[in-house]
Amino acid sequence: MCDLGANIVILGAGHAGGTAAALLRQYGHTGPITLVGDEPLAPYQRPPLSKAWLKGEADADSLALKPLEFYPEHQIDFRPNTRAVKLRRSDKLVELSDGTTLSYDILILATGARAIKLPVPGADLAGVLELRTAADAEALKAAVGPGKRLAVVGGGYIGLEVAASGRALGAEVVVIEREPRLLARVACEALSDFFQGVHQAHGVVFEMGASVTGFVGENGHVTGVTLADGRTLPCDAAVIGVGATPNDELAAEAGLETARGVVVNLEARSSDPAIFAIGDVAHRPMPLYDRMFRMESVPNALEQAKQAASAVTGRPPPAGEAPWQWSDQYDLKLQIAGYPFDADEVLLRGDPASGKFAVFHLKGDQIQSVEAINSPPEFMMGKQLILNRKAVSKAKLADPSVSMKEVVA
Amino acid sequence: MAKITYIEHDGTEHVVDVKTGLTVMEGAVKNNVPGIDADCGGACACATCHVYVDEAWKDKTGESSAMEESMLDFAENVEPSSRLSCQIKVSDALDGLVVRLPESQH
Repeated sequence: MCDLGANIVILGAGHAGGTAAALLRQYGHTGPITLVGDEPLAPYQRPPLSKAWLKGEADADSLALKPLEFYPEHQIDFRPNTRAVKLRRSDKLVELSDGTTLSYDILILATGARAIKLPVPGADLAGVLELRTAADAEALKAAVGPGKRLAVVGGGYIGLEVAASGRALGAEVVVIEREPRLLARVACEALSDFFQGVHQAHGVVFEMGASVTGFVGENGHVTGVTLADGRTLPCDAAVIGVGATPNDELAAEAGLETARGVVVNLEARSSDPAIFAIGDVAHRPMPLYDRMFRMESVPNALEQAKQAASAVTGRPPPAGEAPWQWSDQYDLKLQIAGYPFDADEVLLRGDPASGKFAVFHLKGDQIQSVEAINSPPEFMMGKQLILNRKAVSKAKLADPSVSMKEVVA
Repeated sequence: MAKITYIEHDGTEHVVDVKTGLTVMEGAVKNNVPGIDADCGGACACATCHVYVDEAWKDKTGESSAMEESMLDFAENVEPSSRLSCQIKVSDALDGLVVRLPESQH
């Protein structure tokens, strides 16, 4: 079944694809590996693009997952600026945008997700930006600075990180959010309120419950955002951060099972045994929560890269992990473990006013998820308890004077 | 530039030249040294770049921050010599540094 000499093609050179290529070599794969990416850059880390990199605290070298020479040194044929246009499963062939084809024994889809566009007039004006790639981040960095007015559409994590970085660079920032609260899809109300308060204290202006109806411009460049209530907010640049959609069209057109993402099993294998899907594009099982789910996070990309590389090289499957993610805004470190599926109780530990607290989402006496602000013990221990499914004492958990090491019931 | 020796849990040694300014974690990851996962890329958010620093190098690698201490306190297989390698900046003074890796980062 397992063939260390198999010919492997990886489509997508982001965090998932790049990590899979490196792990395959680390795990002893000797056959050809071709890594196809549509960006000019070799695999790099996206999270800093809205944080440290945007603020100028990290350079391009430090973003790269591996130095460029890593790929030839490890016989990984990296093809930048190239995308797959068609998958011919019956021939085990991929047609590429440069007119060539690649044959494969094993194909790994790591095509990621793309930013959702706002279907409104003026969205194609210069200065209306999104933040997904290093090129997007370059454009954004050039557009923010002292005195510049930045409109952020979408009060999710990317929007809020951009707002924080924009303030750090001296820009005036307004965040426009359709819902009545920030992070509405991904965080609890206590956290939404807390983040809004922190951003306001740093000078960010909010337009909550506001719909964007279009962008206006002069000479092809954006000069303002129009809202449903008729107002136009002037701006020098706008960033849209309203979510992402998986790049699963190639797979769907080739007849692979998809469900807003390529459906895979715990080996990251799709409905075609020769094809894997990992990272943002995969719709994967989450045994901890007894459901299928698509996640957009680095830890998920890494976990699935490990699953696929292990399956391909005949290693035992990696141990299960609790999903987690993080966000940095100003001097706040937010660490989230798990998802609040089926939670029946929200428990606060610590005082939000102190800037150090955690919100636990419980199902009975088990932790489903934890959102921890500047609270590594709550995050670290919470993550372990989510994975181990251990029952906790709610009274101890709610009392910050009891160590997280002692909250197990 | 500093020569750093990473010793895997099974004893396998990797000797790598690491540029000044990078972190000990980056030196491992960019050279494909197994055993340092560094899921968060150096944001001190995950504790998957845990290493043991030899006693002789304790002073030169500097003090750990409260955030790092706090993360380490809840990591697995922690010893007094434990550090998060993303928080150790490489300088010429670290030439010859030896770090050992734990059995697992998760």
